[in-house]
Amino acid sequence: MNDFSDAFIAAFSLLIQLDADLVEIVALSLTVSLTAVLSAAVIGMPLGAALAIGSFPGRRMLIIAINSLMGLPPVVVGLVVYLMLSRSGPLGVLGLLFTPTAMVIAQLILVMPIIAALTRQVVEVLWAEYEEQLRSLGATRWRALPTLLMDGRSQLLTALLAGFGRAIAEVGAVMIVGGNIDHATRVMTTSIALEVSKGDLALALGLGIMLVLIAVAVNGLSWLIGSPGQDRLLRSKRGGGYGRQQYPAARTR
Amino acid sequence: MRFFSIVGLIVSLGFAVAVNLAHGAETFITLASTTSTQNSGLFDHILPRFMAESGIEVRVVAVGTGQAIRIARNGDADVLLVHHRPSEEKFVEARYGIDRKDVMYNDFVIVGPIADPAGIRGMSDAALALSKIVSASAVFVSRGDDSGTHKKELGLWVAADIEPTVNSGERYRETGSGMGATLNTASAMSAYTLVDRGTWLSFRNKRDLAVMVEGDARLFNPYGVILVNPALHSHIKAEAGRRFIDWLTSTTGQDAIASFRIGDKPLFYPTTR
Repeated sequence: MNDFSDAFIAAFSLLIQLDADLVEIVALSLTVSLTAVLSAAVIGMPLGAALAIGSFPGRRMLIIAINSLMGLPPVVVGLVVYLMLSRSGPLGVLGLLFTPTAMVIAQLILVMPIIAALTRQVVEVLWAEYEEQLRSLGATRWRALPTLLMDGRSQLLTALLAGFGRAIAEVGAVMIVGGNIDHATRVMTTSIALEVSKGDLALALGLGIMLVLIAVAVNGLSWLIGSPGQDRLLRSKRGGGYGRQQYPAARTR
Repeated sequence: MRFFSIVGLIVSLGFAVAVNLAHGAETFITLASTTSTQNSGLFDHILPRFMAESGIEVRVVAVGTGQAIRIARNGDADVLLVHHRPSEEKFVEARYGIDRKDVMYNDFVIVGPIADPAGIRGMSDAALALSKIVSASAVFVSRGDDSGTHKKELGLWVAADIEPTVNSGERYRETGSGMGATLNTASAMSAYTLVDRGTWLSFRNKRDLAVMVEGDARLFNPYGVILVNPALHSHIKAEAGRRFIDWLTSTTGQDAIASFRIGDKPLFYPTTR
């Protein structure tokens, strides 16, 4: 089985050559998935936070729904988005099928429940812990929210990365709504699927290795942004208000 | 607040890029076609030439013939290029498409392990070969995906008067996926399968598979091109689509198809020759 050694050689030569087609594919992968994750965060984080600290009818049902949607099969999402965006579908006039925008929409639907569910989890735990203290300082639920989000930022970053992991690795949905069109909607995962179908397993695996390297780079970068060292820095700068240094007092009560 | 300002920066960057992506509308047409034409590398060979001549970019969505026809019927492609004559004629009869033209042809072959447990190597009667595969209890891998190749295979089983699905899941394996995936399965299992010559010649994971049966008239594999009916869908780029069809069937286009070779073997033969 020398497919593996061939794959590493293929991955290495892909990296060395770094030809224009490959750069285009990698750039599109990153653009589509990052756009999807960040738009999903804009929707999912407030939604998750509202589910954590809000009390309104149907809240429990909504939590169950969001949690279940974390397991949405990408192919099904792809199919539904295809039917919506198809020229014969309700949103056909927009002409979005087989464009990167369609891929962003599909990935957004896949990623949003993950970010919302994890945000709810994080905020709920923090709210349970600090509710009394924050209330004693005169903060209402909604006024307390920024503080809670700020305090849980490293866990929230993990939620973003979980979403990114799902988006960048997903092939079923982008294949259907993007169409794997060369120089238009071809991304890392659909290229890998294409090379497998051409029987070029070494090149497919080589592209797979590149995909993993990119994921490592993105995760490393975000770790640098949200590293624990910065927590301490921010805390000492923040001083008064309801900074973190006061929380242990609340716990001892 | 540094964390939020960084997030804010990335979000706005993301939206800026998204707006950019939505932009960039040059002249292009969408072509729904089969995996065999893309996987063989034909489009990489001929489409740049058409683009250089016409300035029209052809965006290819390569799926099985069945799915390609559905995409075209929904109006999600401007032009359809597939290889199953009866489905093509039905498509035109139902007024989903107009101006069907023959473009090129090659043939199907039955490939199998070099050990050849069914003893069919060198045969030219495809239906007889299939019945020998069944009587030898050898494994046959089917596309099982409503593609042109799958339909061709089902026709051969009918000709052999055999109902292959009685052995489904055992000696008759329906992968339900593309030609490449099916060939990968066949080569991993040392099984027989039906494949179009274009995909076969360009396939890189043959292992111990080799051509067993070829030359049967029933293995003829013609490709046709159809313009999606602009009367049904106002957004169809009929003019650009027609230019592409005219080019494909012109001397220049037919020469481009004929000049696509792997080694010294042509993968497709232009219809006008």
